[in-house]
This record gives sequence, C-alpha cells and structure tokens, in this order.
Amino acid sequence: MIKHLRSAADLDAATATLILDTAAEMAALAGREVKKLPTLRGRTVVNLFYEDSTRTRISFEAAAKRLSADVINFSAKGSSVSKGESLKDTALTLQAMGADAVVIRHSASGAPHRLASWVDGSVINAGDGTHEHPTQALLDAYTMRSRLGRLDGLRVAIVGDVLHSRVARSNVLLLSTLGASVTLVGPPTLIPVDIAAALEPAEPTRGGKPKETSAKVSYDLDSVLPDMDVVMMLRVQTERMQDSFFPSAREYSRRYGLDLARMRKLPEHAIVMHPGPMNRGMEITPEVADSSRSTIVEQVANGVSARMAVLYLLLGGKA
Amino acid sequence: MASPRADTTIRIILTGSDLHRVVDRIAHQILEKTSGATGTVLLGIPTRGVPLAQRLAARIHAFEGIDVPVGSLDITLYRDDLRLHATRALGKTELPGGGIDGRRVILVDDVLFSGRTVRAALDALNDVGRPSSVQLAVLVDRGHRQLPIRADYVGKNIPTALSESVRVSLTETDGLDEVKLTGGSL
Amino acid sequence: MSAFVLKGVSVLGAAPTDLVLRDGAISDTSDKSAEVVDAAGLVALPGLVDLHTHLREPGREDAETVETGSRAAALGGYTAVCAMANTSPVADTAGVVEQVWRLGREAGLVDVQPIGAVTVGLAGKQLAELGAMATSAANVRIFSDDGHCVADPRLMRRALEYVKAFDGIIAQHAEEPRLTEGAQMHEGEVSTRLGLTGWPAVAEEAIIARDVLLAEHVGSRLHVCHVSTAGSVEVLRQAKARGVRVTAEVTPHHLLLTDDLAASYDPVFKVNPPLRTASDVAALREALIEAVVAHASKSVEQLKLVVTGGNEAAHRLYKRLGFEEYGRETRALKYDGRYFDDILMVRFLTVG
Repeated sequence: MIKHLRSAADLDAATATLILDTAAEMAALAGREVKKLPTLRGRTVVNLFYEDSTRTRISFEAAAKRLSADVINFSAKGSSVSKGESLKDTALTLQAMGADAVVIRHSASGAPHRLASWVDGSVINAGDGTHEHPTQALLDAYTMRSRLGRLDGLRVAIVGDVLHSRVARSNVLLLSTLGASVTLVGPPTLIPVDIAAALEPAEPTRGGKPKETSAKVSYDLDSVLPDMDVVMMLRVQTERMQDSFFPSAREYSRRYGLDLARMRKLPEHAIVMHPGPMNRGMEITPEVADSSRSTIVEQVANGVSARMAVLYLLLGGKA
Repeated sequence: MASPRADTTIRIILTGSDLHRVVDRIAHQILEKTSGATGTVLLGIPTRGVPLAQRLAARIHAFEGIDVPVGSLDITLYRDDLRLHATRALGKTELPGGGIDGRRVILVDDVLFSGRTVRAALDALNDVGRPSSVQLAVLVDRGHRQLPIRADYVGKNIPTALSESVRVSLTETDGLDEVKLTGGSL
Repeated sequence: MSAFVLKGVSVLGAAPTDLVLRDGAISDTSDKSAEVVDAAGLVALPGLVDLHTHLREPGREDAETVETGSRAAALGGYTAVCAMANTSPVADTAGVVEQVWRLGREAGLVDVQPIGAVTVGLAGKQLAELGAMATSAANVRIFSDDGHCVADPRLMRRALEYVKAFDGIIAQHAEEPRLTEGAQMHEGEVSTRLGLTGWPAVAEEAIIARDVLLAEHVGSRLHVCHVSTAGSVEVLRQAKARGVRVTAEVTPHHLLLTDDLAASYDPVFKVNPPLRTASDVAALREALIEAVVAHASKSVEQLKLVVTGGNEAAHRLYKRLGFEEYGRETRALKYDGRYFDDILMVRFLTVG
C-alpha cells in the first residue's frame, strides 16, 4: 500500500479501484445511527491548512473522526505561520507530536512533496497550488461511477481554466488510469500546449489497450458536448482578465459557459459536475447548477466517503 | 498458494454430500431452537459466511416454507489485528430490509477459531442496531479459543493442532463443496 | 623586486621542472637570490578567470564575503574574479565599487574586479554613473544589472552607446520580465505536470535577439550572461556570423543538469535562468566547444584532448564535433579497483 497520496499519479488502476470500492462501503455508514467505526482509534490526523478552505477541511475532519482518529486542526491564520515560521519548522513540530497522517493544503505547488521529506507519517495532499488535488479526483470518479455505473470508456469533458487548475490535473491523471477518456476545453490561453504529454497515464489501461487515453484538447465547447457522458466545469476567476487570459467575463461565459441551451446538447444520460465553489453566471448558470443532471451536492457527501477510504487505506494496515 | 510440502498431510473432513447434510442439520436445529425462526435474521460474515447464510435460509424455506431474511456483515473495520497486516479490502455489508433492531440475529461463519472474528462482529452489530439477542452458527469449530466465545450451532467439531489449517471450499466461492484439514507436523 | 623559484613543479601536467618568476613574470634566467618554493607534486596553470561571481558583500555577509569568495576562488586555481553588482547597497556608485575593490586587495588572494550596475538600484529606470565607476580606483569596464534584466529597450540602447566612451561592455541578464512573472522553473512538460509557473525559453531568446541587433546598430560590444537555451545559442551564432561583437557565457550546471530534477520540488534545483531540457544542454555543450575551437583556430593547428574510456556521452560529443581518436593509453587510470583507458583525440584546425 502506498504511504503518501500526493498526486493522482501515485495510484495505479488497482489501488484506485480499491479506494472507490472502499468508499462505497464507507458511504453506507452515513445511513446508520452510530456514524462511527473504531478502525483508526489511537491514530492522530493533523489538518494542516495554509489556505482557507472550510469545506475541504471539514470533510477531512469528518472522515477522520468517523474512523475514531484524533484530529488536530492547524490553520495558518493567527498561528506561528503568520509570524513567519517556515513549513519545515512546522513540520518538525508535527513530527514531534507524532502525527500518523498530515493532510496539507498549501498555496505552493509541491508543498506535500517537501513535507513528506520532513515527517515520518503519511502525507495527504488536500490541494497544493496549481499542482494537484487527488482526493477531489477520487470523489469525482466515485460520483461518476455511482451515477453512470462505470468509468472504463467514459467520455469526460473538463472545461475552464485548466492551466491553473489542480482539480483538472488530478482528474486527467486518475480518469486516464481508470480507462476514461478526457477532453480538455477552454480558451488556448488557459490550456498549456503540452498538457496531454505532461499528464500521460502512469500505466496502460486495464487489458493493455493502446494508449488512446491521452487527453484531447478542444477550443470549441459546442462541438464537444454531444459526445460527452460527463461535463465537469472548473471555476474561472474573473481576476484572470487582468493578466489577459481572456478579454472579459462576458466573452468568457459566452464562449465557454454552460447554460441551459448548451446543457440540452448533452446526451440524455450525461451529468454535470463542478468541484466548487461556483461562480454562478460565469462558468455555469444557476439553472444548470440546480438541475437534476447536476451532481454538485452529492459530490460533497461523496467527499467524506472518499476521504474515509483514503485514510483507511493509508493508515489502516501495517505502518 | 505454496505447494504442499512432502510431509504435509491433507485430510478431507467433509465431502460435498457431508457438507449438505451438515447444513440441513443446522437448519433443522435453528428451526427447533428458535421455535420456527420467528423474528430471526441470518447475517453471514464475508467471505464464506455469506453463501452459508443463504443456504441455511434456502433449506429453512424448503423444510417449512418460512422466509428468513438474509444479509451480510463485514467486520474488517472492527478487527483488532489490522496493524499486523497490509491494509485489507472490505467485504460487503448489506442488512436485510427491516433491519436488525429487536430481532434475533444469527451470525453465520465458516470456521470458529480464536473467536476474534466473532468479537469484531459483535462490535459491528452494536453500531448497526440493537438486536434482541445474538446467536452464532458455524460450519466448523476447530478449537483454540482466545476469547470466551461459543457457537450455538456447530456443523462439525474438529480438534486441530495450531500448525494445521482448516480449508472450507464452497461452490459459490471456490467451485466445489469440501472441508479439508491440511498441515504437517512441526 | 622579487624573485621566486618553484622547484619541481609540473607545468600544465608536464614532467616536473623549475620555474623562475621575476618581478611578476616568468623568466628563463635563473636567479641565485630567488626565494625557493618547494613545489614538488604541485601543478602550475595559467590563472583561471571567473567572469561571473556573486561575492555578496556588502549586505549579505552571512552568505559570502569578498574574503571567503576569494579564498574559494584561489583554492580552485582562479587568480581573478569579476564580482556582480547586486549587493546591498547596489554597486551603482564609485563609492561601492571602490569598497569592493579595496576589500579584494585587503584579502590579497585573487584579483577582485568589481562589476558596476547599469541602472541605479538595479531598478532599470535610470543609468548609474558608469563613467564615475570607470574612472574610480576599481577601474570598472563591465557593467551588469545581473539578477535583473535591462528590459527597457531605450535604456539598453543608451547604455550600449554610453560605455563606448571608455571601452566598457554591458553584460545582459537576458530575461523579459513580463514573460517570467512568478516563474519557478523552465516552461515545458515538466512544469505543466508539476503545476509550477514556467520561465519560457523565448523570454531569454527575445532579449538576446533584441540586444544583438541594438549592439549592431550602435556599434557596441555586448556580453550575454548565463546563456541557457538552444535558441539563444542559435541567435548568438547568427549574430557572430554577421560580425556583431557579442560574447556569451554558460554556467557549469546548465551544461550538466536538466529540468526533470525539479520534480522533487527541492528548491536547490530552482535557479535563474532555470535548468532546461536535454536538447538545450547538448546545444550549450557544442557551442562551448565550438567557441574554444574558434579561439584556438587563430593560432593553433591541432586541438588535442583526452577522454576517459567509458565516458560515452563525452566521447560521442567530441566525435560529433570533428575530433578523431588517434591513440589510446590502455589501463591508464585505476579507480575503485577498475581500469580505464585514456582515449586521445585530435581535431585539425586551419590556421585562420
């Protein structure tokens, strides 16, 4: 079993499937009166959040507590970090406390990699800069599998600011590993030219099929929609206009926003996803966000199950 | 699977037809002891406890036309030896409709050994609901209990040495019905 | 004045001999009054010169001082170092460059030649007093804002023109700042995968292309610091072919290391200019050797070198650049219990 989860590329097809299957069993827990399992009793999980993220932190906290682990929350505000303490020094403090796992969210790409060299416990990446967000990809894959029954051969479009999106990177890696095919859609300024080569899957898809699972790129959302089983909209920050990534919010949403008209172009069974938080009116209209095709609310619930599965798999066996 | 060593003995304890008779007997015993299996639920412990529970329900139905609800209860997350092995995959937990609250739960497993699996099952059951009583049915009791646990229904008592292994095979999981005792003298 | 005899020294690796130095020059007449230095087992080389160093003094004496830098240089066979101006305060006045020069003389180990900043405070807005620095005791001739690019084209033009008066040279740190904001490593597949903002090769090449054209236009010399891309090598090659008076330098790490090392996120691999790809490294290696060959062609007919057997990469590189094997000393080197051949290679040059 892997020790850290820093990138979706850390997971081969077998391990990723094991996590999804485990998450399914964990999901059943939510229906019980006593939402608690003794599995990680006596283990300490530290949430090290340098970026504000109430939703993700609470999700990890709930996941750890449901497995009876002790949870320690560390947020950057009002802590030694705001006094200038480096990540390394904070890591050494955690090490001294004997953290079994550290869940880290940080604004610098690569922070989980550096952290792993300073602590003995497991490191779980809860989002690092513009690099990756592996547990998001896992809950997204879980949601797709629950709604559509499979992942192998699924056609997924990821739309928006791919350049700055850690969610996009993790999703491309994980979906490719599990046999889905991904098309990245957005303006050329927001899709790196070499993204497909950069995110080649770690191993050939199950059954040794030829590598048709390199991500494809399209700058035209309308032409892509009729062939997709899943459309994942990424959050686009209007501030990107200042750096000339696109001329105006109006032009962006006209060319790449998902509204009702575009949603109707999707096949009957297709679902719409969003990692949140949404910019209603920018990349997605309220009607689409609230429609029955939208999985946005269940993605949140699935997040707890997926994170429970990750914690169990990393901490539930021999150290 | 390691190939058996030259001095390893393999004894067949139960053949396919032996196994069927044993399951029939347990089914009759359940009917007798519970006065017709009223308010009773069979929960199989994965992996092989599950098909066994289903077979018992089928035989009970065949004998007296009674439908006993069947489900499965995975105990992996309640084991006390998790940290001694690599992380284990989970089995399925599926409670029958109507749940277990106020009912008589009969746990079903293939082999009773140290008793730790059953202890974990009791913990799991505790978190899942509040049965009125809990009983235990096993195909084989091989002794060497480490906890004060005993079965209410036993298919066969097999005295074993610790160095020996009891291998239960069921058609649903292994392609044939058989109980073997393997293991050399050490 | 002073005379020394270095007894038993090996000049450039040749058999040991006695070398007489008189009044700071090598002499071929012996001198009985010369001070004898026992040089058995030592090698005599022409002193090496490092065109690009950061001695960090004044301002960052915790990292390095003129004295510690001089000591390191001397130990490595360097007799002169040029010290970049990005100190604190910046070396943009006669006062600061003289201070650095004086510290060098006080250390007394190597010649410390201060480099003066091109612009005040390295801010890229206003020319520093280049003339004052040139006529100061530090005798500055090389000017550089290294650490920062002189990005404003008009300012760069003015600087190139201005230093002609005292035969100065501008050494440019080629990095278009608007294309490298927030950059941490080379822009390419690796940076895309790692989620790190990239430093595109074109940000260096575009500045070099602009500056060679400017230098050509105003008739000035230009030096380019730490070249790192194959594209830059190509721009420089074409400029030299047209007769532009441009020189360039390359660092050891850009000749050896590539951008995939940044995958560990270890900040030691995040340098400026960044580590680039294998094809950039290959182009830089070839350019360096070609520059040596070009310089040698002026007065030398044959260029010889020795490659250790087993060093396939180097062997292939030299073969590609026209070197042929003319001999082999079998088992010339024993290391760690293994034997290695010395492969002797030669490239014949035409006397230019």
